[in-house]
Amino acid sequence: MRSDIFFLICLVVGCALYGGVVVLGNDYIFFAGYVVLQYVVLATAWNILGGYCGYVNFGSAAFFALGAYSTVAFYRFYPLPIPILVLIGAVVSGAVGLMMGYLTLRLRGAFFAIATLALAVVLETLVVNWDYVGGSRGAYIVRPETIAPFGPYIRYLFMIMLLVAIGAVTVARLIERSQLGYGFATIRDDELAAEALGVPTLRLKLIATAISGGLMGMAGAPFPYYIGYLQPATTFGLDYTVNSIAMPMIGGTTSWVGPLVGAVLLGSLQQIATVTISSAINLLIVGLLLVGFVIVAPNGIVGLVHRYIQHRPDDFVGRRRVGGEATGETTGSVP
Amino acid sequence: MIFSFDLLINALVSGILIGGFYAAVTSGVSLSFGILDIVNIAHPAFIVLGSYVVYALNSSLGLDPILASIIVTPAFYALGAAIYQIYYVSFEKRGQESLRGLAFFFGLLFITEVTLVLYFGVDYRYVEASYIGPTWHFGPLDIPLRILVPSLVSLLLIAALQLTLTKTFVGRAIMAVAQDQLALRLMAVDPIRIKRIAFGISIATASLAGAFLIIIQPVEPSVGREYIGRVFAICVLGGMGSLPGTLIAAFLVGVVESLTATFYGPSWAPAVSFGFLLLTLAVRPAGILGR
Amino acid sequence: MTALLAIDNLGKRFGGFVALDNISFTVKTGERLGLIGPNGSGKSTLVNCICGTLRNERGSVRFNNNELGGTTAHQRTRLGLARTFQLPRPFASLSLIDNLRIPLLYTVAARGGAHHGHPIEARSAELLHEVGLESKAYRLPRELTQVEMRKLELARAMAAEPKLLFADESMAGLTHSEVEDILSLLNRLNAQGVTIILIEHIMRAVMSFSQRLVVLVSGRKIADGDPNDVVRDPEVERAYLGQ
Repeated sequence: MRSDIFFLICLVVGCALYGGVVVLGNDYIFFAGYVVLQYVVLATAWNILGGYCGYVNFGSAAFFALGAYSTVAFYRFYPLPIPILVLIGAVVSGAVGLMMGYLTLRLRGAFFAIATLALAVVLETLVVNWDYVGGSRGAYIVRPETIAPFGPYIRYLFMIMLLVAIGAVTVARLIERSQLGYGFATIRDDELAAEALGVPTLRLKLIATAISGGLMGMAGAPFPYYIGYLQPATTFGLDYTVNSIAMPMIGGTTSWVGPLVGAVLLGSLQQIATVTISSAINLLIVGLLLVGFVIVAPNGIVGLVHRYIQHRPDDFVGRRRVGGEATGETTGSVP
Repeated sequence: MIFSFDLLINALVSGILIGGFYAAVTSGVSLSFGILDIVNIAHPAFIVLGSYVVYALNSSLGLDPILASIIVTPAFYALGAAIYQIYYVSFEKRGQESLRGLAFFFGLLFITEVTLVLYFGVDYRYVEASYIGPTWHFGPLDIPLRILVPSLVSLLLIAALQLTLTKTFVGRAIMAVAQDQLALRLMAVDPIRIKRIAFGISIATASLAGAFLIIIQPVEPSVGREYIGRVFAICVLGGMGSLPGTLIAAFLVGVVESLTATFYGPSWAPAVSFGFLLLTLAVRPAGILGR
Repeated sequence: MTALLAIDNLGKRFGGFVALDNISFTVKTGERLGLIGPNGSGKSTLVNCICGTLRNERGSVRFNNNELGGTTAHQRTRLGLARTFQLPRPFASLSLIDNLRIPLLYTVAARGGAHHGHPIEARSAELLHEVGLESKAYRLPRELTQVEMRKLELARAMAAEPKLLFADESMAGLTHSEVEDILSLLNRLNAQGVTIILIEHIMRAVMSFSQRLVVLVSGRKIADGDPNDVVRDPEVERAYLGQ
C-alpha cells in the first residue's frame, strides 16, 4: 500500500474517531485521548531510533520537554497558533537531537544510552535555571475556553495531537519501507558489517536521532496548553521516558504497528489506573509489563500475534519479504 | 558570587569526602558495567533499597546503620546473583543484551522505586546514629561526622574490593572473564558462574552504599535517579573497571560538584556530573585510567 | 605498473600488544594475491585496517591513487574495496536477498552505478545463484549452515562491485568440490578485472590461485613473492608450513 493512500486512510479513520468521541458527549474522553495520542507519537518516535536502529534513548522526556518549553518561550514573546508551535517544537527538538547525536553516536550503544540520560539532566538543569520560562517555579499558560469550530478547547488540542500521531505513524511506516529503513535495520543487526558494505552509519544514525527527537518535540509542543501549568520536574519526568520505551517494547519494535498497539493499550490502561487506583501502582504495572515482555516476548505483542498466526518459532518477523513474493517495490509482511 | 577562603576550603574538603562516598556508590557499577559490560542502570535504585532496609532495621531494632547494612549484604548478594541469572538466560545467551537488557534494567529501576513508594510512602526517611549529629571544627573547617564516617568506611570498602579483585582467585577470575572467557573455560572455570558472583558482589555493595547514603542525607524513593548519571559518569571517567580510577574520578566529581554548588548555587549541581559524562564520552571515552 | 593498493609501514597496536609491525607491500591491478600466516598473525587485522574497520596508528594506505587515511569504512567500500568477514556477519533480521540489497543500494547505487541496468531484485538473485544459494533467497541467515553463511558473505562482498576484494577464509569448512566452485568463482571475478586478495589456510587453493604470496607471522611480513619460492623459504616453513 502506498504511503499517501495509507495517510489518507489514517485521516479518514482519525476523523471517524474524532466524530465518535464527540458523539459520546463526554469531554473527559478528549482529555484522556489526548494523552494516549501523545504517547502514540512518543512511542513511535522512540522506536525509530530504538527499534529500527537499535540505539536506546533514555532522554525522551527531554525532547518532549524541549517542545513544551519552546512553546512557553514563544508564548512569553508572542502567542503563536499551535500548529506553528508544533513545527517549531519539531525543529528545536530535532536540532538538539542532531547535536546530541553528533556528540555521542560514535560511541557504542550502551554509552549512547547513558549519554542520552546525561543530556536529559543537563537540559533539565538549564531549563530550571532559566527564569524567562519560569525556572523551577513553573510557567502558566492561559488557555482559551473555546475555539471555533471545535467548541471546547480540548477538542482542538485532541485534533492536533491526532494529526501529529497520524503524521508520526505515516513517517515511521514510510521509513520502514524505504532504503532508509533497510539501512537502519543493518545498523541494528550489525553496524560493523553495515559500514563495510557501504552504509553511512553515522549519517543514518544522525537522521534517525533528528527525526526521533523532532517527533518527540512535536508531541510536547501543545502540552503547555493542555496542562495549563508547566513544571520542569514533571515535564522532564522519567515517566515519559519509561513509557516511550515500554510501549514499543511491549507492542513490538520491528514495525510501526508495535508502538501504536503498545501506546494505545498501555496508555489507556494507565489512564484508567490513574483514576481508579493510584499513579504509583500505574508505574509499577508499566515496569512489570516492561520487564515481563522483554523477558518472555522479545518481539512484543506484534511478535506474539505473528507467532500465533504463522505457527512458527518467534522470528525476527517484520517488514521484510520473509517467505513472500518478489514484486517491483518493497512490500512487507505487515501492511 | 562571594568568594572567601573559608568557603573554598570547606567546599574542597566536603567535595573530597563526598567523593569518597561517590566511589562506594560507583564501585558496584565499576564491577557490573566496567568489568562485566552489563549496563545495570537500576543500580542506584538498589542503593536506595539498601537505604530503606537499613532504615527499617535502624528504626525498629536500633541497629547501627553500617552494621545493619553489613548484616544484609548476603541477601543483596543473593538478589544480585538471581538478577544476573535471569539477565543471562533471557538476554546474554540470546545476544540481545543491548536493547532488551537495557530495557530490562530500566524496568527494574522503576519496579524497585515504585515498590518502595508503595511500601514506605514518599516521605523522607533518616536514620539515627551517634555520629550523625556532631560536627568537628578545625579552624575555618567544618567537618560533619555524618559525612566523614561514611566517607572513611567507603574508602575501606574500595580497598577491600580492590584487594579481592587483585589477590583472590575469584577476584582475578572476575578480571579475567572480562578479557578472555575462552581462556577461563580452558582453566575449568565456568565464566557464567564467575559473572554471577561478580554481579552478586556488585549488588552487595549497594547495601553498604545505601547505608552511607541514608547517613549522609534523608532518603526518599526517587533520590536514586540523580545518582544514575553520576554513577556512570564516574565509572566512565575513571576508566571502566579500574577501581583506583573510579576513586580518582569520584573525588574529581565530588569536588567540582561541591565547588559549583557553593559558588554558583545548588540548582546547577546535577548538571556537573552529567556534563562531565558527556564531555568524557565525547573527548576521551577511555577515561582517566582507561583499559 | 601502477599499484592499485599500496600499504606503507602500516602499524597497529592494541594497548601494549603489537598486532601489525611495519607492514609494506603493493598490489597491482588485476593481481591475484595470496595472504597466509598462522592464526593470530594479524591477517584479519590487516584487512580491517585497510578497509577502515580499524584505525591504524602508523603508516598509510593508498588505494587507486587515493590516500585512505581519515576516510571511513563505508567511504572506502564506495571507492572500491570490499571484504568478507572471517566469522560471517550476516544481517540477522533480513532475508538473504535483502542482505544483498544493502551493498547494491548503499554502495553501487550510491556510486551512481546502474548495476548493469538490472533491477536490484534480479541482480541479487543473480549473485545468489553464483554462490549456489538461490533456493534460500527468502530465508533468514539463521537458517543457513556455516558453509552457506560464508558463501553469503562472499556474495555480499561481490554485490558491492569492488575493484579489490578481500576473501577472508571464505573456504573454511568447504568440501573439495565446493572449494573448486569458490575458486572458479574467484577466477571468474578476476578475469572480469577484480583484484583479489585471498586469505586462506587451504594451501592447495592458495597455491593454485595466487600469482604472488605474502606471508604474515606475528604481525610482520616475512615473505613476499612467487608462491613456489615463498613456500620453500626456510623461515616460512619454520613459522607456518613445516611440521
